[in-house]
Amino acid sequence: MALIRSSSPHLHKMNQTGRVMRLVLLATLPGLAAMTFFFGWGTLINIIWASLLAVGFEAAIMKLRNRPIQFYLSDYSAVVTAVLLALALPPFAAWWVTLVGVFVAIVIAKHLYGGLGQNPFNPAMVAYALLLVSFPVEMTRWTEPFVLVDADNGWSVLSFIDTLKVIFGGIDTSVIDSYTGATPLDALRHRGGLTTEEAWRQVPVLADGIGAWHAVSAAYVMGGVFLLYKKIFTWHAPVSVLGSLAVLSTLFFIVEPDYFADPFFHLTVGGTMLGAFFIATDPVSSATSNKGKIWFGIGIGALIFVIRTWGGYPDAVAFAVLLMNLSAPFIDQYTQPRTYGHAKAKRGLKGDA
Amino acid sequence: MTRVHSFHGGIHPPENKRQSNGAPIRPAPIPPRLVLPLSQHIGAPAEPLVKVGDRVLKGQVIAEPIGRVSVSLHAPTSGTVTLIGPQPVPHASGMEADCIVIETDGQDEWIEHAGLEDYKSYTKSELINYIRNYGIAGMGGAGFPTDVKLHLGDDHIVNTLIINAAECEPYITADDLLIRERSDEILGGIEVIAHLLNPSHILIGIEDNKPQAIRALEDAVRGCHLNIDVVVVPTKYPSGGEKQLVKLLTGVEVPSGKIPADVGIVCQNVGTASAIYRAVHRGEPLISRIVTITGDAVDQRHNLEVLIGTQYSELLAASGVRRDDLYRLVMGGPMMGFTMKSDAVPVVKTTNCIIAATEEEMPPAPPALNCIRCGMCEQVCPAELLPQQLHWFAKGKEYDKAKHHNLFDCIECGACSYVCPSNIPLVQYYRNAKAEIRQEEAEKQKAEYARMRFEARQARLEQEKIEKEQRRKARAEEAAKAQASKKDSAGAAKPAAAGGDVKALKTAAAVARTKLKKAEKAFEQAKESGADNLAELEAAFNAAKQKADDAQQKLEQAEKGGTAAASGAPDIKALKTAAAVARTKLKKAQSALKAAEEKGQDGVEQLRDTVKELETKAEAAQKAFDDAQAAPAPAAQVVDIKQLKTAAAVARTKLKQAEKALANAQDSGEGDIAELEAKVKELEAKVETTRKAFEAAEQGGSAPAKPVIDLAPLKEDMDKALAKVEKAEAAAKAAEEKGLPTAEKMRAGVDKLRGKYEEAKKAYEDAEAQNAAAGGKPAIDLAPLKEDMDKALAKVEKADAAAKAAEEKGLPTAEKMRAGVDKLRGKYEEAKKAYEDAEAQNASAGGKPTIDLAPLKEDMEKALAKVEKADAAAKAAEDKGLPTAEKMRAGVDKLRGKYEEAKKAFEDALAQNGTAAPAAPAVNLDELKADMETALGKVQKADAAAKNAEEKGLPTAEKMRAGVEKLRGKYEEAKQAYVAAGGSVDAEAKPDTVTVD
Repeated sequence: MALIRSSSPHLHKMNQTGRVMRLVLLATLPGLAAMTFFFGWGTLINIIWASLLAVGFEAAIMKLRNRPIQFYLSDYSAVVTAVLLALALPPFAAWWVTLVGVFVAIVIAKHLYGGLGQNPFNPAMVAYALLLVSFPVEMTRWTEPFVLVDADNGWSVLSFIDTLKVIFGGIDTSVIDSYTGATPLDALRHRGGLTTEEAWRQVPVLADGIGAWHAVSAAYVMGGVFLLYKKIFTWHAPVSVLGSLAVLSTLFFIVEPDYFADPFFHLTVGGTMLGAFFIATDPVSSATSNKGKIWFGIGIGALIFVIRTWGGYPDAVAFAVLLMNLSAPFIDQYTQPRTYGHAKAKRGLKGDA
Repeated sequence: MTRVHSFHGGIHPPENKRQSNGAPIRPAPIPPRLVLPLSQHIGAPAEPLVKVGDRVLKGQVIAEPIGRVSVSLHAPTSGTVTLIGPQPVPHASGMEADCIVIETDGQDEWIEHAGLEDYKSYTKSELINYIRNYGIAGMGGAGFPTDVKLHLGDDHIVNTLIINAAECEPYITADDLLIRERSDEILGGIEVIAHLLNPSHILIGIEDNKPQAIRALEDAVRGCHLNIDVVVVPTKYPSGGEKQLVKLLTGVEVPSGKIPADVGIVCQNVGTASAIYRAVHRGEPLISRIVTITGDAVDQRHNLEVLIGTQYSELLAASGVRRDDLYRLVMGGPMMGFTMKSDAVPVVKTTNCIIAATEEEMPPAPPALNCIRCGMCEQVCPAELLPQQLHWFAKGKEYDKAKHHNLFDCIECGACSYVCPSNIPLVQYYRNAKAEIRQEEAEKQKAEYARMRFEARQARLEQEKIEKEQRRKARAEEAAKAQASKKDSAGAAKPAAAGGDVKALKTAAAVARTKLKKAEKAFEQAKESGADNLAELEAAFNAAKQKADDAQQKLEQAEKGGTAAASGAPDIKALKTAAAVARTKLKKAQSALKAAEEKGQDGVEQLRDTVKELETKAEAAQKAFDDAQAAPAPAAQVVDIKQLKTAAAVARTKLKQAEKALANAQDSGEGDIAELEAKVKELEAKVETTRKAFEAAEQGGSAPAKPVIDLAPLKEDMDKALAKVEKAEAAAKAAEEKGLPTAEKMRAGVDKLRGKYEEAKKAYEDAEAQNAAAGGKPAIDLAPLKEDMDKALAKVEKADAAAKAAEEKGLPTAEKMRAGVDKLRGKYEEAKKAYEDAEAQNASAGGKPTIDLAPLKEDMEKALAKVEKADAAAKAAEDKGLPTAEKMRAGVDKLRGKYEEAKKAFEDALAQNGTAAPAAPAVNLDELKADMETALGKVQKADAAAKNAEEKGLPTAEKMRAGVEKLRGKYEEAKQAYVAAGGSVDAEAKPDTVTVD
């Protein structure tokens, strides 16, 4: 009788990394649905395209690194990265934009740092920031919600085939001009001499199209709440991101409502909700302890507001997340929990603080 | 109802308790063979009391506890001991350990046994010892000897007794069934524990997944006079962990590195309580326990009352094991239990559960993935650690960081491993890291011990060296004393003139001795040669002897009345002064010689000789000074500090020894611990006093010595400056009188010099004042020494009394105690001697004045010489009718005044010394001899010169003759001093031979 010998515990929760990642993918579905509904097939096509690329790059790198390909692919982490990147890209982003983005995310931001668990920066956000800096035109050409394209004609998005053609270059870009426009963030930012109130009334995307963004954000919140319920992540990071952004924008809005956008606008347009629930909660690149996650989230929220208001780019989630990724190890050192039986928490790395 | 608190984290693994908690407890069959490990508890293994082949009865003690943390072992049934040796035991490593193997005879024959009729009539320590002898160790899992925990009431205030009935691990139902069926036994055990610890509150913590057990407990507690609460806590692993249960029930956290008793809490398991009940009320030692047999690989999952030592294979067979399905055999629960290599291991006192799991039930852990820092481990950690950070540190061998992240607060509950989505064996990493850190620390400790041993050895050798040196010195001193007394007893003397002047008396005594010797020799010679004046000589000899005795008596009286002078080292200061004086004299003589040569006066030859003489003298003085300075002058203070330091070190060593003895006694439980403790405390106090004394001495060490030395050179400085001022003034006046153009400049110079003089004077006065303030600060602080002595005496008396008492009672320790008494007495003797030495030293040092006498005398003599010289010069001038005569006369008066002053100072000092004699007995012999020889040379030269002058009919002949006489007197003095100091003068070198007839 050969008995197995192993160290305790002898029980394990059926809680594989793959399951965690699949739940995250599941949680993005409402957001994907909303995006598709309001902005057409582009996002869906991007997600599929990006996922294929991600799996391909992951497999290739695993082969290069002499690791079991099947085993590592089954953790779904590459797909999650690809999906998050694709959700953040403009729906009509060209195929090569996605390709460059996924390459940067998987190969450079993830595997060159040692693979899953070792990357200091969120791969999707590294890719997004790089694309935004490198291809500003492609990255800011956002699709108009269908209500603005042809409100009387029901669901008037570009057809699936046409979208494929747009993305993969079979159609002249001028054809899609009628389907694209600025995002609300862009519109408010480049409103010229208008006050916010005037902009809200005069700029169409603000006056009539804003509902699409609200709906998409709501969908992301749904996904996030689902993950919270499933205990995939804790409330600390998303709540502190949204909290600090809300507090800051409220303060400035109260002082000068003509110039600053209202907090609800900040929370519900752009990548705020996606960032708060799907990016800031990325465990690998965020702070470790609960306390640390709160500081990490506060930092992201504050940076989003600062960059959106005074920075050079319309949306700021990617930059804010990357900057806070950079600070996470430092935050970790000073936010250790108080261990049972200790009067107070330790700080620093080796008792030198 | 007590409020239930909560602890951080925790998990809810599938309970899997249903399988085994349905059936009542059944006794397991008596196996043919029982294997009883000698170490079933934490602490030292028990020592076997039986031999192979002995028949043992059920409940018979077969091994007894060794040391403080240990329990005894009993035969679980009747049978024959067939083997004592290594057998496989249930241990994570699968190792073998010493066991007693009993072949059972199936009769299950009890040894005679009965419980205590009224356990409350026994003292607590008797009762606790009883429990220890009944083999009871914690049955919750760790197996900590229960009696040790029951002793916690001795040095801790126990407010709360917590009975752990949580049983939070999945699968296990042994405590559940025990509570359901034997709650009265548990309560009986709790009563005994409460009697021993006397807590104000008793809490029974139980998880809410055992409703029947909760009901049983509540029924049992009802009507109990104790303040017991059954606290139902939510089911959450690991609420049964001691620290977690403490937090749950009281809200108090056990501080890191402490035990619950430090916050007034003691935890006991329900199984332990039941075992205590059985031992106290029925006289049944711990020979069986309830074990849950469960897992998918057995058909009957149930709880059995199992004899300790029954092998797993028996129990599995009794439960219908399917061997083909058995994949993993776990002792304990699935979270913290460990796997067995085979089922040929015995049930021990801590075996609460055996899980025979199939592969489907407990599959091997899938390969570990990378940590994605998801933080789920952190959410479940009941110790509030950062498991994934610890994992990184353990993996990277960054143990400092791991320790900083409180690795050692990890209780290895396995919750983090359980939830880890990457299947990382986190607990395994922590165990490994802990083991490596412990090993590192053990090695460090080892190195540290080695270093300490080395240093202690060095210190010991150093001390031995010092002691040897001290012994040598003491011997030398004794020898010197013996010699001195020998000499004293055989001397003839002339009566000492100066009453009480020990030095003079000594000299006199020495002289008398010498004379006596001479007389004796002469007498003997005469006797041999048959001389006719025998009677006369005999009379002379007797007279000399009488004189010597008188002198000796007087000397002794003086010594007794005053104080014995013994300032071991030569007086450096005096020597320095002497050297300086000699130099000065030499210079003066040189300048006089030059002047004489220039003027072509008479007596140049003489002066030249004088200069040469002075040169020799100056050199000799300088040499003496250098020698004295180079010689290791053991200042009393320094010696004293060393002694004190040694004393402190010795005291420390003794304290350590005593502490060790105490620890030993505590471990073995032998000897009178209280007495040892008292001793340790006493020694601690002593160490403190000696250390203080040492520190005080060290601090004060340099202070008292300084001021005494500083005065002489200051005074010299001052005098010199004054002399310069006077000289310069005279010169300036002369210049003024002559109307020289440099007069003004000279006047300025005089002022400058006067300023300098004022400065020097002030410095001197300051120093004097300081000295006065320092006063007669005794060299050694007698008080602590006396205290030491008294203490030592008290100890001796105490120890003596104790030893006597022991002897009377015929105790076996009496002999040892007697030895201890002797040791203490030795110590007391030491202390006494130290005290007396210090006293003697202090007395000899006796305040400052003794040291000051020599220079004062010298000053006086110098002044006198100056007066005489000046007087002579003045007379000569008067004779010659020179105009400066008057001035010179005034100078003479001035000098005489100074002399008077010096004389007065000297006399004052003398008076202050009282009858005390300065003495400086160990005077540098060489110096004295040199003095003597110089004096002799002078006498001869002067004699020759005088002769010469007489022959030539010079008018100075008479004067010279007088000088010769004077010099001869001086020579006599020097000789006496030399002889007194122990030198011997050749018969040929007698002054008589050089006297020119």
